[in-house]
Amino acid sequence: MTMGESPAIQVERLSMRFGRQWVLRELDFTVDKGEVVALVGGSGSGKTTLLRAIIGLLRPTQGHVRLFGEPLFSGDAKRDRLLRRRVGMLFQHGALFSAFNVYENVAFPLRELKVLDEDLIRDLVRLKLSMVELLPRHAWLMPAELSGGMMKRAALARALSLEPELLLLDEPTTGLDPDRSESFVHLIRSLRDELELTVVLVTHDLETLGALATRVAVLAEQRILAFGTLDEVMGADHPFVHNFFRTGRSQRALQRAEQ
Amino acid sequence: MVLQGEWTLAAIGLAYPRLRARLEQHCDRLDLEWDLSGVDALDSVGALMLWRAWERRMPGRVRMRPDQAPVFERIRLAEEKGVLRKAPRSPFEWLMAIGDLAFKAGRNLREITILVGQLLLDLGHILRHPGDMPWRETSANLYKSGVRAMPVTALVGFLIGVVLSYLSALQLKSFGADVYIINILGIGIIRELGPVLVAVLVAGRSGSAMTAQLGVMRVTEEIDALAVMGVSRTLRLVFPKVLALALAVPLLVLWTSFVAIIGGMVSARFQLDISYAFFIDTLPKVVPVANLWIALFKGFTFGILVALIASHFGLQVKPNTESLSANTTSSVVTAITIVILVDAIYAIATRRIGMPT
Repeated sequence: MTMGESPAIQVERLSMRFGRQWVLRELDFTVDKGEVVALVGGSGSGKTTLLRAIIGLLRPTQGHVRLFGEPLFSGDAKRDRLLRRRVGMLFQHGALFSAFNVYENVAFPLRELKVLDEDLIRDLVRLKLSMVELLPRHAWLMPAELSGGMMKRAALARALSLEPELLLLDEPTTGLDPDRSESFVHLIRSLRDELELTVVLVTHDLETLGALATRVAVLAEQRILAFGTLDEVMGADHPFVHNFFRTGRSQRALQRAEQ
Repeated sequence: MVLQGEWTLAAIGLAYPRLRARLEQHCDRLDLEWDLSGVDALDSVGALMLWRAWERRMPGRVRMRPDQAPVFERIRLAEEKGVLRKAPRSPFEWLMAIGDLAFKAGRNLREITILVGQLLLDLGHILRHPGDMPWRETSANLYKSGVRAMPVTALVGFLIGVVLSYLSALQLKSFGADVYIINILGIGIIRELGPVLVAVLVAGRSGSAMTAQLGVMRVTEEIDALAVMGVSRTLRLVFPKVLALALAVPLLVLWTSFVAIIGGMVSARFQLDISYAFFIDTLPKVVPVANLWIALFKGFTFGILVALIASHFGLQVKPNTESLSANTTSSVVTAITIVILVDAIYAIATRRIGMPT
């Protein structure tokens, strides 16, 4: 299989256990290149665990994760590192390094490569900040001085700094007001179109989901219950799907997203 | 100029300096036609390299696929927004730093004074309403910073006692003044070394923990939650710490001095052949009991100081990791400095008390 044909993410019979509790059991999950997949599920259903397993922050108890056809834990530290660089992650609370200002945060992964010169890094940081619609003067602010929306944007700029092919978003719009969250969703969508990213996002926000996702995966009972387009998933017969998508509030949110 | 292959960060990697040098060779040739249509992949790193080689504008003659245009458009847009430049440094930065430091010291002093005042009010409140006494917190603090500190203070005390005795013995032997080892160890450890040693250890061990704990509680807004419930943060969080250390440190001083003297005694036995019985018999004769009271009083005040300083810096933490580490450092450094400073004041104030005649 050549690299171009292999899916971006391939999760095979993944099981995760914390202590005695199984969070995920024998889960299969495949994301093709260019897709935007939303993971939904109740609290504690293992969405974030799955996301962390995909990026390699958690080692699977059983099963395998492959990114772009390559195993996540190959045993070769250098190969693993190269593979991880093809993935960008936006953490729920930004996870900006609070000791660095925005500029240094975005420049950090680039500097760590130890190949690029400082002039090019400065140009790259300016480009990334411009892409996430932050102004040059914001570059010298410390994370503590940023508003919630700006923090997410700065974190997104950092996630994009290594030119990832796969972008993972953990609750990208949680904690933003509706106006901000709409513009953030818009930003992610335009970046996805421009950079041809594969995106996996965990979200509770149906508006975000409706506006971004090409496919939806419903996580419950330690596995993926339904996986398909939004319409297909909404047709699935399961109490969680009913509660999540078919209440009045959810319907209104989805309608807003379609507009 | 025909470009081919993958112009991406991952593909360029270590070849970057070589590639840049080769591009620079051609950058002054304005007549050159650039052909990008054979490039398989182009990301912003690759595009920026080209852009810089083109001296930050599109060259006159360039062929590219339509899907390659947006990345250059993005670069042009970013450039329009202005340059990333830091504000210039002021030549008087050192003066400002000194001024800042003075203001900070003044602010800290003011805040600590307010904290002391608040604690006195809390004390008054507890005397009037004994039911509000935070027993559980006090007891927990007493256990954590007192009982749990016993092994480490004993170990350090014992070793210091051995070392002090050993070094003194070498000197005393040459004067034939062997018995004075008991005077040196007795006065030195009980009056001076014990209290300071314990205060330094407690500042490093419990002081830092208290600052970090209060700091994290500030970061996670737990302290604000307490305030909303109408619970006094000083009464519930600071008062038990101060009270616990005020009780624990004098006791730790006794314990540490005791172990240190045993260490000295063992060492003296081997170095100078002074028997245990003689040592124990002579100790109370050459060390007036006033020294013990001085030591206990020192421990009492040092404990209060360490807890006050630790709590103060903990409450000053701002919600970021940098502030947490800076305040923890300040807490320990300030506590140790103040303890030694106060110890010097005590040394002068008590110079006529407890000295053998």
